[in-house]
Amino acid sequence: MKELAIILLGGILVNNYPLAKFLGICPFLGVSKKLDSASGMSIAVIFVMMLATAVTWPIQKLLLDPNGFGYLQTIVFILVIAALVQLVEIILKKYVPALHASLGIYLPLITTNCAVLGVTVLNIDEGYSFVESIVNAFGCGMGFFLAMVLFCGVRSRIEDCNPPKSFEGLPITLVAASITSVSFMGFAGIIENLFK
Amino acid sequence: MSPIVLAVGLVTVIGLICAVGLSIASKVMAVPVDERFGPVRECLPGANCGACGYAGCDAYAQALISGEGVKTNLCVPGGAAAAQGVSAALGVAAEEVVPMMAYVRCNGTCENTSVKQEYKSAKGCAAAKLFYGGDGACTYGCLGFGDCAAVCPKEAIDLVNGVAKVDPDLCIGCAMCSKVCPNHIIDMIPAASKVVVTCSSKAKGPVAMKACKVSCIGCKKCEKTCPSGAITVTDNLAYIDQSKCTACGLCAEVCPKKCITVR
Repeated sequence: MKELAIILLGGILVNNYPLAKFLGICPFLGVSKKLDSASGMSIAVIFVMMLATAVTWPIQKLLLDPNGFGYLQTIVFILVIAALVQLVEIILKKYVPALHASLGIYLPLITTNCAVLGVTVLNIDEGYSFVESIVNAFGCGMGFFLAMVLFCGVRSRIEDCNPPKSFEGLPITLVAASITSVSFMGFAGIIENLFK
Repeated sequence: MSPIVLAVGLVTVIGLICAVGLSIASKVMAVPVDERFGPVRECLPGANCGACGYAGCDAYAQALISGEGVKTNLCVPGGAAAAQGVSAALGVAAEEVVPMMAYVRCNGTCENTSVKQEYKSAKGCAAAKLFYGGDGACTYGCLGFGDCAAVCPKEAIDLVNGVAKVDPDLCIGCAMCSKVCPNHIIDMIPAASKVVVTCSSKAKGPVAMKACKVSCIGCKKCEKTCPSGAITVTDNLAYIDQSKCTACGLCAEVCPKKCITVR
């Protein structure tokens, strides 16, 4: 139980995907302009991360590893995740139209998101068990959610503060992203000591 | 068998399984789309302005084909052409559309009114309004920071001499500017309107007179002069009922502050 808690909190704070591991930067910069789209996208990412982990972990352990095809990991994972997200979109559209209306537009964006691929690959690299992998995927998704919501707030403050002309738009956003990222570096080492 | 053939085979098999699964799923779980949606949606201009009261053209088209008594003449930018097209596609009788345009009820240019304070902070009318009602001497008039111009989908609004001006030729009547103006001085009027009040000040006569050279002081001369009873003065401000106005221009002649104009 303690290990699971460490993995969960580690995924949210220490190994925060956009801010500490620099994965999923594209949606982090692209969709963080408005709070509702940022949170919608993040919820879709949490959902897809857990689903992708639940599917790719057995594929790696039961299909690729025993037959010596470990090197096919990347291509097989991309293939499976892409197909899976498309399938989920079709299912949502048919059976849960309300959820499709709120998450649907983000699902195709996530299809080839590197944060989603990253969490599945890193789960294998870290040698997590199936349950640990799912918990880690949830934690990383929550971390993505936290980063998106935080950065959305930062961006709305930037909008109001008249940056110099040459810094307007993406440059000031990147500067703000790096400062937000530095603040997350402070979490390194905290979680392990928390459970001592 | 060489490992590379096995690897290619494995990926191919996984790809095939995914492809077959997806194509079966898309067939089995296909959501039927109403075949009228396409033709109805094509009649609408695609401005997504929300003047019809729906979230966008897609939402309006969806509401139209759902057949719950939604009127076919709600699209202002599309006008009569869109209403006729939609009615034809749905097979119902077309209704008339009155083309509308936005009109800024303020003439407080730099010459006519003065500035009471210097404002250098967050951009935009909404922010300026929060700070003691804006920087102008008149707190009812155009703030002049162009929130309306920023939101206009057709770039029909220009800031001329500190006051927003709508170009009637470019205006599609979507009312987005009217909704965004923090002083609510942009009215939606029939595009054929000839006589308009160019002031929004509800201040009492002397106060309004001090604030701006061309402010309505609520003297009621226009109300008494109008032969068709189209003008009423409420809260020290004249209003013209465009449905009664005959564009005779008598009110503009008697107005002592020249805040009624004939276009």
